[in-house]
Amino acid sequence: MVQLFDFEKPIEELIRKITELQKFSADKKIDLSQEIAILEKRTALLKMEIYGSLEPWQKVQIARHQERPNFYDYIPLLFEDFIELKGDRHFADDRSIVGGIALFNETPVTVVAHVKGKDTKENISRNFGMPHPEGYRKALRLMDQAEKFGRPIMTFIDTPGAACDLAAEERGQGEAIARCLMAMSGYHVPVLNIIIGEGGSGGALALGVGNVVLMFENSFYSVIAPESCASILWKDTTKAKEAATALKLTAQDLQRLGIVDEIVREPLGGAHKNLRQAADELSQVIAKYLACLCQETREVLREKRYQKLRAIGVYQQIIEKSLGISGDL
Amino acid sequence: MFKDIFRKPKYVTIQSAPVQKRSPTDESTLDPMISKKALPNGLWVKCPKCGEVLFNKVLEKNARVCTKCEHHFRISARGRLALLVDENSFQEWDTEILSLDPLVFPSYEGKLMEAKEKSGLSEAVLTGYAHICGIPCVIAFNEADFMMGSMGSVVGEKIARAIERAIDQSLPVVIFSNSGGARMQEGILSLYQMAKTSAALGRLAENNLLFISVLTDPTFGGVTASYASLGDILIAEPNALIGFTGPRVIKQTMKQELPVGAQTAEFNQMHGLIDLIVGRVEMRSVLARLLRYHQEGAQYGATI
Repeated sequence: MVQLFDFEKPIEELIRKITELQKFSADKKIDLSQEIAILEKRTALLKMEIYGSLEPWQKVQIARHQERPNFYDYIPLLFEDFIELKGDRHFADDRSIVGGIALFNETPVTVVAHVKGKDTKENISRNFGMPHPEGYRKALRLMDQAEKFGRPIMTFIDTPGAACDLAAEERGQGEAIARCLMAMSGYHVPVLNIIIGEGGSGGALALGVGNVVLMFENSFYSVIAPESCASILWKDTTKAKEAATALKLTAQDLQRLGIVDEIVREPLGGAHKNLRQAADELSQVIAKYLACLCQETREVLREKRYQKLRAIGVYQQIIEKSLGISGDL
Repeated sequence: MFKDIFRKPKYVTIQSAPVQKRSPTDESTLDPMISKKALPNGLWVKCPKCGEVLFNKVLEKNARVCTKCEHHFRISARGRLALLVDENSFQEWDTEILSLDPLVFPSYEGKLMEAKEKSGLSEAVLTGYAHICGIPCVIAFNEADFMMGSMGSVVGEKIARAIERAIDQSLPVVIFSNSGGARMQEGILSLYQMAKTSAALGRLAENNLLFISVLTDPTFGGVTASYASLGDILIAEPNALIGFTGPRVIKQTMKQELPVGAQTAEFNQMHGLIDLIVGRVEMRSVLARLLRYHQEGAQYGATI
């Protein structure tokens, strides 16, 4: 059963009508091709209209769609080879973060990704894509390895957030994330971050410090989940829709705020509607940026990343004007 | 003999407030108002931990630490500053950087105004240059009375600038964190202040300069997951609550009841996450010793 959102129902209704007509026309051998063509045209227009003007909350829903492609879906379409490397060497192998060495357009790269499960069983083994400290320490180990061997790093972000349980606290969730942030800011290799689904707060940011941040158009990236924000603001988790708007968490908002460098187009209705098309778009954008980054020297890559981070933020600075200069003389 | 006691309950009613064990599941301990409400005008205050009635003046004199049970009352950034640094040595930096409302977030502007009034500060962090027992350093304090010490663009920028100045002037850095985390009202911009401050600390580390992070009650979320955890030396105040996810959120989302004492400084130390637990009264002398051992000339081979 395909998960369908309320705002998609009018489209589904039209598609159902078309199927009915097609069946009717076949059964009764009546030519209804003109009527069907009209309906198909209307469906296409409606799709453009609905999917072309999605509200932030609707994008959040698409980003969380149970069939939204995860990192494993993209692997065969983006990379020629992928060798998964496991474990943080201290505690465990966290299944909510997956990493390894892959071949992208014949270039070996290190990839690290959040992975959510496709069904309940897989989700339990992957803790619903919410990493524990060992997940971040594995990511750090693999990225340090990339730095050592001069491989570009690609991270794929898709998590509701870092694990928030006692075990995570005992093993130093905060420290694990902080180490990733500090290390990623200092690498001499190209670092690309790609938000493919949910970008949930610090748990997402831990893989989000790069030279280039790319983002699928129906993914989101936020300091706090809209539900939690609504609960704090209005003591009402059902106002998540309003909170999603207030948080400015869509790809378009983030591009305006200087976080995201390029928005990757998705097939109408979301990446799950056409995985190959989504992967092709992404592959092209990655290739473009990777080529640019690979031309920079090691020091420039590092310096530019630092300056990019330093420039993020909006504030006012009151500059004391010395008398005599202000105003027209 | 015991029976008599039970028969005469009136003898026990004159006891002062019952001993309240501090546990992270007790939400009142996370309420920043608790010490404030009890304190501002009264001559005396009751210790929430042991119930001892303390004269305000005595409490202030003792660095806002209970004289009976050593419970650490919350203290303002300026209060800490006065306790720690040499008199007249502090030069405050970047007071002219102020928050805007880039997301046009509901009721943010009002909250900022309130916070300024409540804390008497322009933002949730105080940064500057100071001496501790004659040793120069860069120092920063979060202010919990300013929107729970949360980190938005200004806090991130002020901390990053302070660290960069420390690099320029080859100075050690001491940061007292006291924060609920990243500031929701500035959305993704707040989140990336975690990256900004961590990146600056990365540069500090490359310059072999010391960073001492002092975690005070409470330190959570995006601050724990960035600068507060990146110290060469991590110090916490006794009983301070320190963690990534707040106890209430763990309870709500995971339906998990935290054991008594979870997320306290002692819990964090037991799990290998912090170096030292230092009481407020001893903090200055401990910091001074640590800073001295890292001063130029203290390294092996420096005098040969």
